[in-house]
Amino acid sequence: MAKKKATAKAADNLTFLKTPTGINGLDEITLGGFPKGRPTLICGAAGCGKTLFSLEFLVKGVEEFNEPGVFIAFEEKADELALNVTSLGFDLKKLQDEKKLRIDYIHIDKSEIEETGEYDLQGLFIRLGYAIDSIGAKRVVLDTIENLFSGLTNEGILRAELRRLFQFLKDKGVTAIITGESGEKTLTRQGLEEYVSDCVILLDHRVVNQISTRRLRIIKYRGSLHGTNEYPFLIDEDGISVLPVTSLKLDKPVSAEIINSGIPSLDKMFPTGGFYKGSSILTSGTAGTGKTSIAVSFADAACKRGEKCLYFAFEESPAQIIRNMKSIDLNLQKHVDKGLLKFYASRPTMYGLEMHLVAIHKAIQKFKPNVVVLDPITNLITIGSFSEVKSMLVRMIDFLQENQITVMFTALTLSTVINDQTDDGVSSLVDSWLCIKDIEMNGERNRGLYVMKARGMQHSNQIREFVITNKGLSLVDVYLGPDGILTGSARETQMLMEETGQVLHRNALGRKDREVLRKRKLLEAKIESLKTEFESAEEELNKIYIEDEIKRGVLNKTRQQMTDLRSGNKDI
Amino acid sequence: MSTEGSSLQDWGIAADEKFSLRLFVAGASSISIRAISNLQSILDEHLKDRYELEIIDIHQQPLLVKEENIFAVPLLIKKLPSPIKRLVGDMSDKAKVLKGLGLE
Repeated sequence: MAKKKATAKAADNLTFLKTPTGINGLDEITLGGFPKGRPTLICGAAGCGKTLFSLEFLVKGVEEFNEPGVFIAFEEKADELALNVTSLGFDLKKLQDEKKLRIDYIHIDKSEIEETGEYDLQGLFIRLGYAIDSIGAKRVVLDTIENLFSGLTNEGILRAELRRLFQFLKDKGVTAIITGESGEKTLTRQGLEEYVSDCVILLDHRVVNQISTRRLRIIKYRGSLHGTNEYPFLIDEDGISVLPVTSLKLDKPVSAEIINSGIPSLDKMFPTGGFYKGSSILTSGTAGTGKTSIAVSFADAACKRGEKCLYFAFEESPAQIIRNMKSIDLNLQKHVDKGLLKFYASRPTMYGLEMHLVAIHKAIQKFKPNVVVLDPITNLITIGSFSEVKSMLVRMIDFLQENQITVMFTALTLSTVINDQTDDGVSSLVDSWLCIKDIEMNGERNRGLYVMKARGMQHSNQIREFVITNKGLSLVDVYLGPDGILTGSARETQMLMEETGQVLHRNALGRKDREVLRKRKLLEAKIESLKTEFESAEEELNKIYIEDEIKRGVLNKTRQQMTDLRSGNKDI
Repeated sequence: MSTEGSSLQDWGIAADEKFSLRLFVAGASSISIRAISNLQSILDEHLKDRYELEIIDIHQQPLLVKEENIFAVPLLIKKLPSPIKRLVGDMSDKAKVLKGLGLE
């Protein structure tokens, strides 16, 4: 204990000590929590969650940090409070029995009170002091102290006493939350922000287009860095979750690992053989172009690799998707049973955009998937303006990349005008973009798929025909005809025609070969007869030659004989 | 306001009804002392011998503070006669004190 005190004191001089709130996401925004030993003001309109917020601060304080807390309620009785938060899983009664929490209800009823002169709030001080000391509380909530103003009329006294109260809390060294209802021009009706100047948090519950969104903003945090945006928060069965929407840096880890898309012919469009892990892929196209099928193939591939996939469906129910995907030979039920695939279906209009983001965020943190599919993001536009959806996606991609989760979005493009808009906005966010276009020709509608972009990867520049069969999805090379690309039956016809041509061609080639053969045979026969002719001619020529020779021999002989006879030197 | 007895009758309070009063003060601060003396003089003037006054220092009785739902002091609680009434302040506004006690 002594050591703890000493370190606390030493640190006090150097750094700003903070009390972690334990509220999901809030500590990230405040970079550690509320200022330790000081009061924090939480203000907002009625029903924005102030009481819940402060109660969770106390309950988490007990459960996670072993810091007892005191709740001074000016509005609700202890059992009412306990009842209101049982739905969030907070057992206030148990905490009270364990002497970790004290709830003190201060009832103020103007009709009962008569003011007869000067007074002070020493009673409240003693009550508070006793409650703190009796359980060694480190956290205090005053909800909401402004109710004092409704019961007591002497503002001068109250203001002086409030100032004293905050000093009293500081002296006690407790981290306090003061709640206050929003005033018309000031943050709180009674200007409490004047007294609590260390940390002020504004809660807001807005209804835009009949859809409500809860938001939180840190208006002031003296002596500390903090996120300055409006952060959406969600109240559900696990309490409050604040979404620290945009991280301040662009320093997310990257991976060179490649994951396949589940469609082999699509993977072939990339020399790398797929998408980078942790990247974001957008599949856009008009209605009925098979975006969901691509997304499901992607999810299916992830599950087949043994990875976990979380599928956010904003259009169809999980059962519907599972049934429909059987038609393209994808058995999703198998993955669901194994716990690899999980659907998260919700109607976009169920709650505001930010709430969706928080809910998605929560679901992802809970399931810890490797791959996430959002189908389709464009449905979200129905509940928010384009820029809101864009900013939501930025935050979403940001979060997913940080966790190395690969995400596939599908987006419906309606007409070219909206198309360009959406595309412009989303383009800069995603890493890869698959575009599916309708190609209408010869009374047919066919699908053409191309890769619009793929960051850091070479990719095919060709439009491929995207075909959905009962064996799955595949991409077929598009045929180029005289009128442009050919798809569907036109492509089939072209293919058939080419095949016929080939057969004919082969046939023609065969005929020519035979002709040559025949010609050769003919010529060869001719050569043979000429050869014989030549031989007989040669023989004829040779015969004369020999005859000549014989004749000359005989002549010579007879001439010799004649010569001998004439000379008479030989006996005949 | 000639005699106390007739006045009480005038105010519609039974002459034998006793006032049960509790005054909570925080220590011997100037405001506490003022409240005690102001109250004493009012009571002595209007309710002589018809009241029981208990003066409690809340510093000594922190548990009572919660029980009696005390936040502003000095606080005078009129337990009897009913209705219960709570008077906050140093009792310097005599008219209000009388009104609070039902002695108007």
